Amino acid sequence: MSTLTDPEVISLREITKAFPGVVANDRISLDIVSGQVHCLLGENGAGKSTLISILAGLQQPDSGSISINGVEAAITSPRASVDYGIGVVHQHSTLVPAFTVLENLMLGESGVMQEKKRAKERLDELSELLGAELDPQALASDLGLGQQQQVEIAKAIWKGSRLLILDEPTSMLTPQAIEHLSESVERVKAQGLAVVFITHKLREAYSMGDCVTVLRSGRNVGHISVEELASFDEHEAQESILRAMFGEDINSVGDDAAELAGATEAVRETRSIDLSSRPVRLELDAVSSRGLGRDVDVDGISVKVHEGEILGIAGIDGHGQGALAEVVAGQRPASAGSLRFDGEDVTKLGVRGRQHLGVRYVTDDRLHEGTVGSMSVALNLVIKRIGERPFWRFGQIQRKVVDAEALRLIGEYGIRTPSPATRAGTLSGGNIQKILLARELTDGARLVVVNKPTYGLDLKTVHLVREILIEFAANGGSVILLSSDLDELVELSHRIEIMSGGKIVGSVVNDKPGTAEKVGHFMTGAIEGAQ
Amino acid sequence: MKSAENDKAKNLLDGLVRSILPVILALLVAGLIMLAMGSNPIDFFSGVWTYGVTGSNLQRSLVLSAPLILVAVGLIVAFRGQLWNLGYNGQYLLGAVVASGAGPYLFASMPAWLATIVIILGALLVGAVWSLVPAILKARYGTNEIITSLVMSFIGVGIANLLIKGPLKDPNTPQPQTEVIADSYLLPYIPGTVIHIGLIIAIVIAIVAQFIFSRTSFGLRLDIFGASPKAARHVGINSTWMVILLFAVSSALIALAGAIDVLGQYSYQRANWDPHYGDAVMPFVFLARLSPLAAIPLVVFYAILATGGTLAAQQAGLNADFLLVIVGLILIFMTITEYVGDRRKLGQSYLPPGLKTTVVRLFQGGTGRKSS
Repeated sequence: MSTLTDPEVISLREITKAFPGVVANDRISLDIVSGQVHCLLGENGAGKSTLISILAGLQQPDSGSISINGVEAAITSPRASVDYGIGVVHQHSTLVPAFTVLENLMLGESGVMQEKKRAKERLDELSELLGAELDPQALASDLGLGQQQQVEIAKAIWKGSRLLILDEPTSMLTPQAIEHLSESVERVKAQGLAVVFITHKLREAYSMGDCVTVLRSGRNVGHISVEELASFDEHEAQESILRAMFGEDINSVGDDAAELAGATEAVRETRSIDLSSRPVRLELDAVSSRGLGRDVDVDGISVKVHEGEILGIAGIDGHGQGALAEVVAGQRPASAGSLRFDGEDVTKLGVRGRQHLGVRYVTDDRLHEGTVGSMSVALNLVIKRIGERPFWRFGQIQRKVVDAEALRLIGEYGIRTPSPATRAGTLSGGNIQKILLARELTDGARLVVVNKPTYGLDLKTVHLVREILIEFAANGGSVILLSSDLDELVELSHRIEIMSGGKIVGSVVNDKPGTAEKVGHFMTGAIEGAQ
Repeated sequence: MKSAENDKAKNLLDGLVRSILPVILALLVAGLIMLAMGSNPIDFFSGVWTYGVTGSNLQRSLVLSAPLILVAVGLIVAFRGQLWNLGYNGQYLLGAVVASGAGPYLFASMPAWLATIVIILGALLVGAVWSLVPAILKARYGTNEIITSLVMSFIGVGIANLLIKGPLKDPNTPQPQTEVIADSYLLPYIPGTVIHIGLIIAIVIAIVAQFIFSRTSFGLRLDIFGASPKAARHVGINSTWMVILLFAVSSALIALAGAIDVLGQYSYQRANWDPHYGDAVMPFVFLARLSPLAAIPLVVFYAILATGGTLAAQQAGLNADFLLVIVGLILIFMTITEYVGDRRKLGQSYLPPGLKTTVVRLFQGGTGRKSS
């Protein structure tokens, strides 16, 4: 371990990396100092991930250099990265679910024989360091997300790391698990390791970081040094980070900037409605499903959504949210129970039948399910009305009518595309999401299921998407919002149901502060069981 | 607008190059292989021309084209939906055996036109039913259709042979073969030629298929299904039904090819006979970008190569199997052309990154210049 009096410095100088059509990193320079938590802040697409994959040896920069204590370090491969003591915890779990914790940790071992005894000792060491109890024999698939992440951190610093990189570690965690994580990060830091903490939430950067670097469009647009951050009060720090994050866009986003950047605790933005006076739009009565895949199915779910209501469904990814969305949309048949829409039994109706009644679904898999990338924007906009008048007559497409409708929707939703004939797959994620929203919310939509509607989008589009949903509900539409982003749920929903293992495990009315904690409590209780 | 037209012309040219270049390259390399084997490629290719095109030989080639086009359209129907129907040999022979087995009885008991229609419908039905096993397994359980259709193909070939050696065997000949259908009952010729009207049936079916694929809402649904089954489900397309329908149509058309081949050309069927049309047609289906109309000229090209090539190969001292070598070479060059073309389109190098660095460095070392 290096001593605290002589900190190590990992210096990145003028790192540039371009991909066809986009410069992901544009002459980025920054210093990472041992014993400090360096926060990298930036919206989706700002170039954080590229920078990380360069440090992890997964990508090679086009130009620029990395040096450790002034000595040039050639990180030419993931192996080289590990040898330099750089450990990365990726956003999504890289553990092998069928392996035990110990086996997962030993994956990187290069010796001929498995040295279980030594590995166990190392695990004990790291458990103490992280302040977490890690059972070496537990299967990775049995762990809660918070615990999985602790194992990932242990894996990253298994070989005595110099630098620990955490890529958006909080995005899937409950508020309680985030607490645990920040404690662990403190302990790692105290051991003299450098920590890079990537996030797009300002308040996390402020509370966990010793210094902050803000990336935007691949550039380093602002750095707040350790001294500055210590001297700023919370408001000043916020202001300077926000200016860097949004640049000239800050005027167009206005007061919502702070909220979008996750600077403050989320509060509800939708108008409150009196649910008892509103008719029930959709009612699920003990609905179960049985899919063919391995994903979790819904199991005896009963929920009601009222007119004008946004019903949030919270839960950790992969706990049946997808199945619920598909059951409502009609893509997956209900094996038991019934669905009533505006009082009418729709259990037996398929996608098209429910589509005509006004049931719509904005899927989370925008690229492969929501759109056909090889087809034009115009076709994608009418793809759910194939064969219907006025777009088709006698089985033949009416190109002029389709193009007119496409132009209308492109204008209304501000979809940025060179023309309606452009292939949808060439557009950015934000514009593809706008195509989905335009298609689903037009032509008599009464209820829309949205699954992770802002996942992976830039902040401006996130803002726009939320506005669209709020407006839709204000005009009497009903929304079922499935999301793993608690802030988003708190901002938009009137009520939040918590889903786990395909069941509803709790329900919170979102009318006063503290909703996130309550929801997190249900999630933790359901997932981690007795622990 | 002008640039859009330019783009269109460029795309068309690009497509043409990508379709024809592999064929030319394959023929060149085939020539080199012939040289290496001590044969004269000029002899072979001039032989192909002589026996495949000149005189009435072109008509022989066109007769061969009829079943090939039907098999090609059949494959295209399935491939467009990303369903890999590789059971074509079994489907073809079962269709053929419907004609050669039922033909002698039906022609004896009813008017020829009615018997022909019954045979054609029967072949379509047998083909469609035969595809149900792989189709249902695929639709219901997601079983890999490449394996199931291939295995079903072996069974189909076996059943066809069993029938010909058993109940359908003509007792008047020592060889295991079916009774010969009299010439007067066979499909009529196109007036002024010796090409049976099967060719017209095949071309009409190709045109209809092309129209359905490119102009109708069903064609669009099929494209969505082919591009992404998930998107298809999202849009409300019944994927179970789609898989079964596509497999049934594909298999039925290939069986029809067998029936028409017997009714138009062979008039009887021998045991252990299998022309493997599907194997030969496969690369051309891809070269035609799964377009039925574009497949026609390519298939005719192969028919000429096959018709002329059999004799030409003997003349050049080669085995007739050499044709399959050429088909294989076309496949290889097609893959290479695709790869290079895609790279070019994406503005990338033809060479994989590692190789490029090595090659570029070599030249840089020579001139002593540094790249920036």
